[in-house]
Amino acid sequence: MKGVRYYPGFLPLTVLCLVILYAPLIVVMAYSFNGSTSITKWGGFSLRWYVDVFTGPDAGRFGQAAWNSLTIALMAATSATVIATAAALAMVKGGRFRGKGASFALINLPLMVPEIVTAVASLIFFTAIGLTTGYGTILVAHMAFCIPFAFLPIAARLEGIEGSYEQAARDLYATRAQAFRLILLPLLAPGLASGWLLAFIISLDDFIITNFVKGAGMETLPTAIFGSVKQGIKPNIMAISTLMLAVSVLFVTAAYLINRKGQKTP
Amino acid sequence: MKSKMTTAIDIRDVVKTFGEVTALHGVSLGIADNAFFTLLGPSGCGKTTLLRLIAGFEDVTSGEIRLFGESIARLEPNRRPVNTVFQHYALFPHMSVIDNVAFGLKMQGMDLPARTARAGQMLEMVHLSDYADRLPAQLSGGQQQRVALARALAPAPKVLLLDEPLSALDLKLRQAMRVELKQLQEDTGITFIFVTHDQEEALTMSDRIAVMSAGQVQQVGSAQEIYEAPVNLFVADFIGETNLLQVEVHEVREGRATVTLPGGHRFACPSAPVAPGRHALSIRPERVTITPGADLSATVDRVVYLGSDLQVLVRLADGSPFTIRLQNAARTEVPGPGTRIGLHLEEGAARLLAD
Ligand SMILES: Nc1ncnc2c1ncn2[C@@H]1O[C@H](COP(=O)(O)OP(=O)(O)O)[C@@H](O)[C@H]1O
Ligand SMILES: [Mg+2]
Repeated sequence: MKGVRYYPGFLPLTVLCLVILYAPLIVVMAYSFNGSTSITKWGGFSLRWYVDVFTGPDAGRFGQAAWNSLTIALMAATSATVIATAAALAMVKGGRFRGKGASFALINLPLMVPEIVTAVASLIFFTAIGLTTGYGTILVAHMAFCIPFAFLPIAARLEGIEGSYEQAARDLYATRAQAFRLILLPLLAPGLASGWLLAFIISLDDFIITNFVKGAGMETLPTAIFGSVKQGIKPNIMAISTLMLAVSVLFVTAAYLINRKGQKTP
Repeated sequence: MKSKMTTAIDIRDVVKTFGEVTALHGVSLGIADNAFFTLLGPSGCGKTTLLRLIAGFEDVTSGEIRLFGESIARLEPNRRPVNTVFQHYALFPHMSVIDNVAFGLKMQGMDLPARTARAGQMLEMVHLSDYADRLPAQLSGGQQQRVALARALAPAPKVLLLDEPLSALDLKLRQAMRVELKQLQEDTGITFIFVTHDQEEALTMSDRIAVMSAGQVQQVGSAQEIYEAPVNLFVADFIGETNLLQVEVHEVREGRATVTLPGGHRFACPSAPVAPGRHALSIRPERVTITPGADLSATVDRVVYLGSDLQVLVRLADGSPFTIRLQNAARTEVPGPGTRIGLHLEEGAARLLAD
């Protein structure tokens, strides 16, 4: 079979796609180190906008928003991981039961529903049951939509763990609980970690749903950035964006590495 | 010391169904204590299912399983003093070799120094003391197999179950492990229930063998009994190599039948209790000698060289194919193709089979 390089036109096309994908990100990252107040003219390398993020006039607002984002992401990712683990155990290790296919579809459906629909539906739901929108409703919404993201790596990992490990543990006098804690859980750990990290990033990054259910005066980092951009882009936004990008890359890399390591010694 | 006749495992009328599929159709077996007992049969005949029922990984659909007289059919696997060596070993990949071996002892509540000492002894027994701190993935297949054995034997179970433990090893290692397993069984005095589809493996290691087919036990006996006195067509065909001929049966009396071969040769041989009519006759190839002037005549087709043996493919008077095995000794005279020879059936060569 011919290598990919033998297809004429493939290389320029690939380069074009990569440029379209990454050029904006590179511009934002580069200009976050701009020394001038302009967002288009280069005024020499400087860290002033990073200093501005933490000490400037908007520092308080962004600080609060970042804190909200972080705490919501931590709690949402953790609870989504617990729920997704229970679901994955039932789906993968629970043997055959009625409605298994339907359950699988139900768990993963949110990945396919347009986010704006989920956002509107969540707002209607919270209003209907009389919840005041705010920190709490953001948290509940995030817990819910993070579940499928946590579920996928956990279920995939669980599929790869043969039933004979648990049986061997039970055979060697372990109770069900001991077999789960001492054998299944450690073997599942890489899946749990990558599921949690993925859920965390998805929550940290969410804008549409958050924007609908956040209520007045409550901001997460993405909604705060959006609010700020509406009044014109200031260079400090580029610094915040670059910081968020760094956190995302860090987490995704961690998830990838953990999963790969897990695969080498199953 | 227990008497040889103590029954370790008593299986009575065990039926196991998986939905529509019936894996076991009423199996009854008594397995003596201190024995190397083998379940032998082709793939899919229900060997693994029977082992899993004894271990407790599956529930019986109906029937009873007793361990030294006590019913265990409804006990959880961790409450049965029975350990398993899994087909693919199932060593815990995140634990060192010694932790794997000590796992059962830990679950039984043995303290750390005691279980470390005991696990160390077990590793010594399987010659793996130097590998205690490695992970299973860092061992060869043969070494993993020994760890699995040590792990299952460490808690001193009353019965050890082994599901085709040698099938993943290469031939040389497999042959060496046969001897070692048998030695281990004799040294520990633990009852081994060994599952295999390899009849040679079964014949070389077992005190007793249960031949299974299609979810049923066909025959239980020593290696010699099932080889030399198979009760039916399936057992004769499955164990070893044999010539199966359809013969006319005239009379069956006191375990002997008078039969006529397709070519017209008439003689008497040991028989299963069958009614006169047409039945299958088994003639073992190594119990036939080439004797000039013998009553049964044949024509040589081909001679196949097997190293220690020679296989002589011949045709009987009516043209039916027939195989003889000769030892490849210095004095063996090998007839050339086309030669007419006389065949002499030694005592025990032929046996009339039930269907
Ligand atoms: N969990 C199961 N579900 C459905 N059918 C099964 C299951 N386990 C075994 N069987 C069926 O039971 C029969 C016996 O299987 P098994 O005991 O594994 O045979 P063996 O070990 O002799 O090869 C086979 O027909 C197999 O398909
Ligand atoms: Mg099997």
